[in-house]
Amino acid sequence: MENFVTGILINGLLIGTLYAIIALGYTMVYGVLQLINFAHSEVFLTGGVVAFEIFRVLSPAPGAEPGTGMNPYLVFAVALVTAIVVCGALNIVIERLAYRPLRNAPKLVPLISAIGVSLILQDVIKLLEGFQGRFQLAVNVPGAFTRTVFTVADTNVKGIDLTLLIVAAVMLFGLNRLVNHSRVGRAIRAVAQDRVTAGLMGIDSNRMISLTFLIGGALGGVGGVLFALKFPNLDPYSGTIPGIKAFSAAVLGGIGSIPGAVLGGLVLGIIENFLGSLSGLVFIFPKLAFLGAIKAEYKDVGAFIALIVILIFKPSGLLGRNATEKV
Amino acid sequence: MTASLLRPKKAGPDAPDRTLWLVAYTLLTGLLLFWGSGRLDPGTKFNSVVLSFVFAAFLGSLLLAYQWRANGAVKVLVGVFVLIFVVPDIGRGNGSFFDLAIQMCIFAALALGLNIVVGQAGLLDLGYVAFFAVGAYLWGIFGSGQFQGIVKSDLPFVPLGVGDWLIPLLLTLAGVAGYLWMKAIDRAHPGSLKPRGGQRAARAFSVLLIVIGVVGILVLVATLINAAITSHYNGQPAALSALASGINPNFFWLFIILAVAVAAIAGVLIGLPVLKLKGDYLAIVTLGLGEVIRVFANNLTKYTSGPQGISGVTTAPVSLLDKLAGALGFPPEQFKLFFLYFLVLLVIGVVITVNVRLSRSNIGRAWVAIREDEIAAQAMGVPLVRTKIMAFATGASFAGVMGVIFAAKQQFISPESFTFFQSISVLTMVILGGMGNIAGVILGAAVVTLLNLSILTALSETLQALPNFNSNLDPAKYNRLIFGAILVLMMLFRPEGLLPSARQKIMMHENDDTDPALDSLNDDGAIGGALGTGAPGMPDVTSPGQATSAENTPIDRTGGRQ
Repeated sequence: MENFVTGILINGLLIGTLYAIIALGYTMVYGVLQLINFAHSEVFLTGGVVAFEIFRVLSPAPGAEPGTGMNPYLVFAVALVTAIVVCGALNIVIERLAYRPLRNAPKLVPLISAIGVSLILQDVIKLLEGFQGRFQLAVNVPGAFTRTVFTVADTNVKGIDLTLLIVAAVMLFGLNRLVNHSRVGRAIRAVAQDRVTAGLMGIDSNRMISLTFLIGGALGGVGGVLFALKFPNLDPYSGTIPGIKAFSAAVLGGIGSIPGAVLGGLVLGIIENFLGSLSGLVFIFPKLAFLGAIKAEYKDVGAFIALIVILIFKPSGLLGRNATEKV
Repeated sequence: MTASLLRPKKAGPDAPDRTLWLVAYTLLTGLLLFWGSGRLDPGTKFNSVVLSFVFAAFLGSLLLAYQWRANGAVKVLVGVFVLIFVVPDIGRGNGSFFDLAIQMCIFAALALGLNIVVGQAGLLDLGYVAFFAVGAYLWGIFGSGQFQGIVKSDLPFVPLGVGDWLIPLLLTLAGVAGYLWMKAIDRAHPGSLKPRGGQRAARAFSVLLIVIGVVGILVLVATLINAAITSHYNGQPAALSALASGINPNFFWLFIILAVAVAAIAGVLIGLPVLKLKGDYLAIVTLGLGEVIRVFANNLTKYTSGPQGISGVTTAPVSLLDKLAGALGFPPEQFKLFFLYFLVLLVIGVVITVNVRLSRSNIGRAWVAIREDEIAAQAMGVPLVRTKIMAFATGASFAGVMGVIFAAKQQFISPESFTFFQSISVLTMVILGGMGNIAGVILGAAVVTLLNLSILTALSETLQALPNFNSNLDPAKYNRLIFGAILVLMMLFRPEGLLPSARQKIMMHENDDTDPALDSLNDDGAIGGALGTGAPGMPDVTSPGQATSAENTPIDRTGGRQ
């Protein structure tokens, strides 16, 4: 029983960290523009695709002798930096082309545009997949990432899991410095609070919005690389569901709030893992046979229901501030 | 003529009479279509891409009949000529056009349903296809061998004990009691504008309890019915074997009606908890719920066969129409299409009528009012929740009916047909045509369906025939790209759609004159943003009636009472 709970907590924590990183991209953009950036799920997937390509190019060929080729950690670092650059740039371009012209349109207009961008990116990735072959890392993932480092309560913690935690911690620390303790961060927060007044105070709101998209895209890129290493089998549509869940995590924590996104991601990851392993409880409590009918696939259902319940009872999220609408 | 095609605008009373043009256009494109499909001279046959465009141009005569000022009787004649005579006749020669015409009507009805939700009431529903799935599985399960498989299995759990019913009943009762209690408190302090936070949360919690309880009761009732049917058939092997291809196909008619009710109930059940959310939150939650329905369809293997899908779905036998089709020279394998085509025409006629009548009724005006400004609408006494639920249920019921027909037409349904992308396709139709405008939405559905099912596939066939063609460039594979591009470009350049309603057009261009100036100022770094948009403050998640904070917000008085 204890092992069962620990397993849920550890796995939930790991997947939750991933959601948290992706959720940051949603929450920052939403904080500034009040727009659900649907394309973010594909932006982070692009990070994964970039990682695959880097690993494909830089890793030793499958038949090569062990020990030859580039150091896997170096390859990982190259992949991370490339993904940050590509995804950040992609996000800026998307904002410039598809959202900025619609800044003053009714609210649903940029949202639909975002959905359109998301569809376009899916097929661009599909086109790439057509030419490059399926994005499967199985052969190319360096052993260092797939090896089990240690085992806690029957749960194997792999190299990628530790990397995930370390990278996430570094990024969150950096983001916190940037947003809360720098001039630029203050400008972004000012734009998020009131674009017009921020403009009157001499802040170039368009540039700050671009910067927000850059940061969101870069975080998405990192999330994509880590996602690709953890789930080394991507297809053009595998960004959608994690994307929705990451957005749910952002809402759960209180949209617009950076610590909220992290907390939301972790909570959602644990909830989801709990629901996914409910059928496992049958072995512990044979009386609860009906739990066996709950398949692991239903964990997605749980995530959405959690989102709805949160939105109904505490729409401002766990760490969000209450807001009133003034007429 | 070209000018009016490029800038479509319904002709006013002083527009020139174009009766002759209309007749000439219809006859000319009709002739071209007959010629191109090899009906006049079997030797000539257009390339399938060209033929698709000719078919589109021919259907365009319906649009012209709608747009142009012409003799009313001639307009009706053109409609009858196109829909009743030419399309079935072309379909006789080339079955794919028959199929295409039916699909167009199905999607037009779906788009009209979504138009009520998105276009009229302004609620962005990204999981609309869930209701389509409800209708399709409703008939798919009963109208195929699937039903035999369900009742043949062992006797399921029979919920006859009091204990089985106790929990959902208690939940419902507790919910109702809590709701009434909160209402009583509300009534006892009528003057208080400040809703006590706990009171509102308690009311929301009561509603949740009721929903959970009712769902539980529904599940139990369904299990009981399932058990009753199973035990009924267990003793009768003859009756059981009669179910090999589903229940009596004449029940199809009943299921069309039933689908309206079931889909509407699904709409209310899904709508109740989520309709308090606003704009983009509603979008993401409906998206999630659409996925939930797909997950269930994928995993409730006993009922839906999971990912393999249900095959062999039947239709009602209509011997009279079959005889007619036979007399007209249709091959027997097309009898079904012939019947479904006319059925679908009839249904879409009903759907359009309902749509038009609703949009001109009180409820239609209430939808527009909450779309334009929820707070103002509420202040004028429009019951928010009830009006939104009406929109959700009406839109859902259209999708439900079309789901039944879709299952009958495809003879096969699987969760693949009910993905998020399908919802987006229907949304693309609504947006391309023009949100809120019935003719526009039908146009959008026709264009998107033609593009997706006819032009793209024809193009890919033609390209595949080329030597050295790289199949990775097959355009039919990239319909998402095309739909996405349509969505983005429409939003950027013509957000009101091809055939906009007058109101949408004004709304979408409200800010046009003022914004460039402010934006240019903004680029200089002097003044940021446009004043017209209002201050983007903290996120506002819920409707004003259910505002997040306990302060300064009026309680939802109207919504609760109506």
